[in-house]
Amino acid sequence: MARPLINVPAKVKRGQVFEIKTLISHIMEPGFRFTTTGDKIPRDIVTTFSCSYNGEEIFRADLYPAISANPFFDFFTVATEGGTLDFKWVGDNGFSETASAKIVVE
Amino acid sequence: MSRRTPRVPPIISRVTTIVCLLFAIASSVHGTDIPLDQRRSGYLDLGHDSKAMQDDDTINPAALWVQDGEALWNQKTGAASRACADCHQDATISMKGVAARYPAFSVARNGPINLEQRINLCRSEHQQAPPLASESRELLALSAYVGRQSRGMQIAPPDDSRLVPFVEAGRKLFNRRIGQIDMSCAQCHDDNWGKKLAGSLIPQAQPTGYPIYRLEWQSLGSLQRRLRNCMSGLRAEAYEYGAPENVNLELFLMWRARGLRVETPAVRP
Repeated sequence: MARPLINVPAKVKRGQVFEIKTLISHIMEPGFRFTTTGDKIPRDIVTTFSCSYNGEEIFRADLYPAISANPFFDFFTVATEGGTLDFKWVGDNGFSETASAKIVVE
Repeated sequence: MSRRTPRVPPIISRVTTIVCLLFAIASSVHGTDIPLDQRRSGYLDLGHDSKAMQDDDTINPAALWVQDGEALWNQKTGAASRACADCHQDATISMKGVAARYPAFSVARNGPINLEQRINLCRSEHQQAPPLASESRELLALSAYVGRQSRGMQIAPPDDSRLVPFVEAGRKLFNRRIGQIDMSCAQCHDDNWGKKLAGSLIPQAQPTGYPIYRLEWQSLGSLQRRLRNCMSGLRAEAYEYGAPENVNLELFLMWRARGLRVETPAVRP
């Protein structure tokens, strides 16, 4: 239900390094657990996260079962020009979520 | 022939140690209240990373629930097709300080009700909607959103004489030994806070930031969930969600934490 939370500065100077923070709601069920009746709880995790800046991929991560619920990513890039940051999460059971953020470079 | 010094068989010495230990615990069954100026939030004992997580809303995973709560606040629901906002308008104004004074007395229930029960009462009375299940994402989201509006305010239990017997009932439960382990809440949280239970620090059990994002749960959870955790840790049968015993305990704990600052939604290990 929850939308991913994206945090980027609204304005940055050209050439400046800026921080990008993303937080998404996901249970990250590792697939190694069992119910009280002995049934295996199937794996349900986010497997890939990527971020592109005006269409060019600048960050990508593969996720594995040991990663906690609600994965949080914090990374940096250099401000080249104004535009859009697009974020994409892909996971098990057809999970797919996108978000975007505008950035002004002056 | 060797001379042997009489020695106590190990089993007896072990039993003696246990008896002494039990006696030491028994002598402090009725925990004394923590002096007001020594009360501290569990926040102060967090590691650097967990503190950073709680302090920054862009990192705190509980922000995801707060965001959901805000959406639910403005969403029309039930047969009455009403949103919380239709009566209470802007939560950042109308809900300020509300979580700091709950549980409060309900005339309808003739006893104290907690914030979650208040939300469900509103749903049934004003929205004509079915109650939200305990620990459901929706209920946690709404209570986190309402609680968030009191962040930084002092916990201020209502000065209501009708609540007195319920606070006392909560205090009694807090001091009552329960479960196979046969210990009371007070034996850890009044008498031995600051020491270790296995590898973990024993906190004072000040409910300053509920609902909390507990790293062990990998999720948000209510105070009652935490209380039930402790009860099953003592191998006692935990009271059901919403049971009067749990609400009385909540009420007593909030009274005990009066004056401390609300941190909702807090992060705990």
